[in-house]
Amino acid sequence: MSASLTLSDVACRRGGRLLFAGVTLAVTARGALVVTGANGCGKSSLLRMIAGLLPPFAGDVQVEGRIALLGEASALDGERVLSAALAFWAKLDGLADPDARVAGALADVALQDLADVPVRLLSTGQRRRAALARVIASRADLWLLDEPATGLDGASVVLLEQVLARHRARGGIAVVATHQPLDLPGAATIDLAAFRAEAA
Amino acid sequence: MIALILRDLRRGYTGGGATLTLGFFLLVAILFPFAIGPDAKLLARVGGGVIWAAALLAALLPVERLIGPDLETGVFDQLAVRGHPLPIVAAAKIAGHWLAFAPPVMGAALLSAALLGLPGKTIVAVLAGLAIGTPGLAALAVATGALTAGLRGAGAIAGLVLLPLAIPLLIFGAGAIEGGMGGLKLLGAVSLLLLAGAPFVSAAAIRIGME
Repeated sequence: MSASLTLSDVACRRGGRLLFAGVTLAVTARGALVVTGANGCGKSSLLRMIAGLLPPFAGDVQVEGRIALLGEASALDGERVLSAALAFWAKLDGLADPDARVAGALADVALQDLADVPVRLLSTGQRRRAALARVIASRADLWLLDEPATGLDGASVVLLEQVLARHRARGGIAVVATHQPLDLPGAATIDLAAFRAEAA
Repeated sequence: MIALILRDLRRGYTGGGATLTLGFFLLVAILFPFAIGPDAKLLARVGGGVIWAAALLAALLPVERLIGPDLETGVFDQLAVRGHPLPIVAAAKIAGHWLAFAPPVMGAALLSAALLGLPGKTIVAVLAGLAIGTPGLAALAVATGALTAGLRGAGAIAGLVLLPLAIPLLIFGAGAIEGGMGGLKLLGAVSLLLLAGAPFVSAAAIRIGME
């Protein structure tokens, strides 16, 4: 099954306010989508909608393939060591050999030396990379990354770009909401501000 | 879901939750003799009820930590993205909480029973009642935790939500000490009712919290 994402005429309403409306787009395997726009224009909401966590106010979201979400919080247990916290999710993904997937993902984000450190001791950037490792280890087809570059240093941003390139080369899709410029060759860009609904 | 139950179980015991429950329970049980005087006969008569009241209060302690932190760190988001239905997740939470909560409560009840000088027959009735009643109490705690997650002063509000709903458990649990099997059966009925409803209430509350 090849991954794909289709949004048709999607609108989002939060707290009684229409954030955006009329968003229509399609992303196919190996594609990427960069979501931009000012704070509060609904980037995170769009990602959560694609993830199925928010029902669209109008329109239709179609997803083919398994989803992995990188949200604001890392969802890793602070008191557990990094590799164990990641292995918890890797096991829930239901794929074979979770420990090897976690080890590979940690190497991808250059955290292999911190595998035995409790998550609560990690820095902001390290925690961000740990959450990215959770996404990598899931081997999902569709990645939804909400501000993945926040708190990352220059070298880590390059790592993130490499990881995204490898994911797409394997036939995956990446949807990235970001303020920072990321090098994503051939990615489509959607500026949510352009879909801001008229005062309703 | 076994993984989720094990995770909560581990968190319950490593986070100091079990010792806290045990210590709090014992403290409440010790307070009563100070309040009503050291009359052994009187204590033996009210002791069973004291233990049930202590169990109810101890059930309040972990409520804040059951759902709120997981909602905040996005654990429920990740579970939902992986396609796990929220009522099943909530049921796993209840199972995990019960396994972490019931053993310390039963242990503390046994110790308190000795402190209060309860007769053997009463101790058996109290422990049997707690074994039947704690699943319902755990279900109630998880549902309350979900309802109050993210609120300021969640712990205090949780008390206002949980304690009135736990009154049937208290009535039948304490009643079973005198009334025997009939009380235990009614206690079981209440416990099952709470167990059946709580996963759905919790799931609905968690879903609202996620939006």
